[in-house]
Amino acid sequence: MTEARLPGTFETAWLVARKDLAIEFRTRTAFLSALVFSVLALCIFYFTWDESIVTAADRAPGVLWVVLAFSSLLGLQRSFGVEEQDRGIDALLVSPISRESIYLGKAIGNLIFLAAIQVVVIPALALFYNLRLGQPMAIVSGIVLLAVIGIVAVGTLFSAMAVNTRMAELLLPLLSLPFFVPILMDAAQATTRVLAGRPVSESWPWLKLLIAFDLVFVVACTLAFPFTLEE
Amino acid sequence: MTSVPLSARPARECKPLFGWLFALAVVAVIGVYIRAIYFTPLEALQGAAQKIFYLHLPAWLAAYIGVGITALMSIVYLWLHDERADRLAEASAEVALIFLTVGLTTGPLWGHAIWGTWWAWWDLRLTLTLFLWFVVAAYLILRGAAEDPAMRARYSAVLGILGALLIPFIHLSVYFSDARLHPMPVVLKPSAPSLPPEMLTTLLLAFGAFTLLCFALIRARYLLGERRDALAELEMERDL
Repeated sequence: MTEARLPGTFETAWLVARKDLAIEFRTRTAFLSALVFSVLALCIFYFTWDESIVTAADRAPGVLWVVLAFSSLLGLQRSFGVEEQDRGIDALLVSPISRESIYLGKAIGNLIFLAAIQVVVIPALALFYNLRLGQPMAIVSGIVLLAVIGIVAVGTLFSAMAVNTRMAELLLPLLSLPFFVPILMDAAQATTRVLAGRPVSESWPWLKLLIAFDLVFVVACTLAFPFTLEE
Repeated sequence: MTSVPLSARPARECKPLFGWLFALAVVAVIGVYIRAIYFTPLEALQGAAQKIFYLHLPAWLAAYIGVGITALMSIVYLWLHDERADRLAEASAEVALIFLTVGLTTGPLWGHAIWGTWWAWWDLRLTLTLFLWFVVAAYLILRGAAEDPAMRARYSAVLGILGALLIPFIHLSVYFSDARLHPMPVVLKPSAPSLPPEMLTTLLLAFGAFTLLCFALIRARYLLGERRDALAELEMERDL
């Protein structure tokens, strides 16, 4: 008799992520609304400053990070909201996979979701704010990826918590935004310098801090996640 | 087991919320302010504005004691699952929020007189504490929004620990933006304190009085939490 091999943490995490992405791909509601929200916000922010006082290129980094912070909350909200209907989370909990792989799977799903939005938002930013494409934008995309990893790490955990409370929609931003603060500070400082044509070495302290944040919070949130589920 | 009607049970003994510790703390705080106002010399450059430090600095100390206990008790709760740790974490967070608010209000008052500006974003401690205030507020709101007591305890413990991890990152992020407006340390520094002895004594007495006040308030809030839980238990029995 051969014993069936149990899949490892990352294999099962990928299964969870694929399930979430398949749901999203078939309905497309959250993705489209987050995408339209982001592009709409880019346009609104253009008109909140006077062009003759602050040029578009100068406000582009700030706009990018504000829009990213708020649009990511839309995707994160859905991450565990979708499990709450028909108690899908119970099915996940009784399946023979570890709690950590549920968290990692959810986080990977959110990461792909948010990255896909940025694939549209970054070119749209360059278009609306007249930024030069090329190397600086490639570096900015890298910074965005680093920031999104941190945002997803804490956001996925708080989404799991917020969904079980009385005011889920309001609580997620309240819990997440203070944790986004160091990410946004570091990323905005680095982006401003890169878009101003400064060498990357000048942004290095902030990028190092961003990477450290990602590492610390991916580990901490993976370990903390099992405590947020019902026992 | 026959159930005894609630009215027939002997009343539980309740410790008063504000006991001798609170009375002692109030007397100490009043004493410190009489000394600070009437018996401590004016600072030569800052004048009367400097006196706010006898409120501002001790309030910070009390706030950090509260935040520290909350973070510590969050770890203890996840480890031992003891509801007393959860209650203590809650009590400390609430008291910390009060002292953080005192610190954040007195700081700008002094800043306006001496820096010439109410608020300075690039100042390390100011920005850090503002976000600490947000995290503590979120912690208390989360507690209010979670209905099941065991879930509330686990959720808030997780947030308490993550909040403690967040602080160094905000600290470093502001630190790298390098301008610093806060006065350099005058008491806790490698060389001897550079404060005149009368002022130093007043400040140290204020630290002592506020530490007492902080513990008295945490104790009162803890006892209140105990009563609230006992009441919830009785109500559940009644409804069964």
